[in-house]
Amino acid sequence: MAELKGWKDLPIGGVVPGGAAATLNKTGSWRAERPVWNEEKCIQCLQCWFHCPDSSIVVREQKVTGVDYDHCKGCGVCAAICPKDAIDMVPEREGTCAE
Amino acid sequence: MRRVMTGHKAVAEAMRQIEPDVVAVYPITPQSEIAEYYADYVHDGIVHTELVPVESEHSAMSACVGAAAAGARVMTATSSQGLALLVEVLYIAAGMRLPIVMALANRALSAPINIHCDHSDAYLARDAGAFQIFCESAQEAYDYTLIAQRIAEHGKVRLPGIVNLDGFALTHTAQVVEPLEDEAAKKFVGPFQPVYPLLDVAKPVTWGPFAMPDYYFELKRAQQAAMEEVPAAFLEVQKAYALASGRRYAGFVEGYHLDDADRALVVLGSTAGTAKVAVDALRSKGEKVGLLKIWLYRPFPYHAVAAALAPVKHVAVLDRALSFGAMGALYSDVATALLRAQARPALHNYIYGLGGRDITVEQLEDVLAELGKVRPDEVLRYIGLRE
Repeated sequence: MAELKGWKDLPIGGVVPGGAAATLNKTGSWRAERPVWNEEKCIQCLQCWFHCPDSSIVVREQKVTGVDYDHCKGCGVCAAICPKDAIDMVPEREGTCAE
Repeated sequence: MRRVMTGHKAVAEAMRQIEPDVVAVYPITPQSEIAEYYADYVHDGIVHTELVPVESEHSAMSACVGAAAAGARVMTATSSQGLALLVEVLYIAAGMRLPIVMALANRALSAPINIHCDHSDAYLARDAGAFQIFCESAQEAYDYTLIAQRIAEHGKVRLPGIVNLDGFALTHTAQVVEPLEDEAAKKFVGPFQPVYPLLDVAKPVTWGPFAMPDYYFELKRAQQAAMEEVPAAFLEVQKAYALASGRRYAGFVEGYHLDDADRALVVLGSTAGTAKVAVDALRSKGEKVGLLKIWLYRPFPYHAVAAALAPVKHVAVLDRALSFGAMGALYSDVATALLRAQARPALHNYIYGLGGRDITVEQLEDVLAELGKVRPDEVLRYIGLRE
């Protein structure tokens, strides 16, 4: 764990300089079930990407390429919305949560 | 140039001269006139301010927070229930260290609903993290609006600030006010220096992030440190204002015939004017009475209050709001201030003026006459209340 700063060393008002700080904070360990994307069934409608509340569906060049397991909380919205059942929710087993 | 204007007009004139980038405001009696005057300035092209006519005070302060984080100079105004609605976001403005200055036209909180003056709204915001100044007159409301802007934006402070002016007694009463010339006022306030502005897209930042138990405490301690910088900034800005205006405000409190007083009143706001008349009347009969008026209410000037009151024998602290189940809020602060004084006056707590109940010179003379004759105890006494 990084050394914690004292109160005199913090930026004013809790500002995080640099932006996009949420990407550094890995929260995937909260997940109980993981979405597993099945490329063969996927028709690239991007509904999962639209609906994901945590921006955890990875899209490259307008195509889904996978799931960001560092930040996915396993809510299952992507699996529920998928019109082709191309995403399966699979229980996490102990020790396999963080990728 | 001396002009006749209400407290509201005086505040609106100061705001016109400050010319903030954004004013987000929702009307509420008695504050509405400030918003109306400012809307006129915007409509007439006198100021180049983005006036955001929001749908509630909660939205007003939220818009102020967003605009201030974006890098704008921001002001607003409210009263009573409006303050109660926006106070959630006022805590956020303070925690995010955003220098938003707000006029608070003091009005009683419901229920029963009432539109007239007391200080229950100011006391509600007491612990929010905004510094608070109380004004005796329309002139002070004008002066302290300019002063508050500079304190809020002071590099070591960067906190929201509230300028209190008593509803109707100050807001709607015409008095002689001598504003600065526009150029002098603008020069005094100076240009706004944003800190980490969101609109500076070349330097992205995250505002308002979550803080877990490992950092929340440290951030709150840093906020307290900013509040502790207010007194020094207050004196520094008062000094600069004396140079700009010729009006000398010096200190967190104003003592009136306190030096040799054996009995004294402690008040906030416009009642200080009434109290001065009462003190003058009793002084003309040879009685050693005085007054302590508090300008800077938050952060509370414990040392200045102790220094001013320690030599006095009997002190009546007047609270214009009840703190249900406790002694008055101002009384509690004054009592804390005097805890370590070598010689302590006997302290009394009087509640007065709730919901705009008039407070008269005669009533304050009676309080001063009573001091020394009643036993000091932790009992609330009420002025002008029917049994």
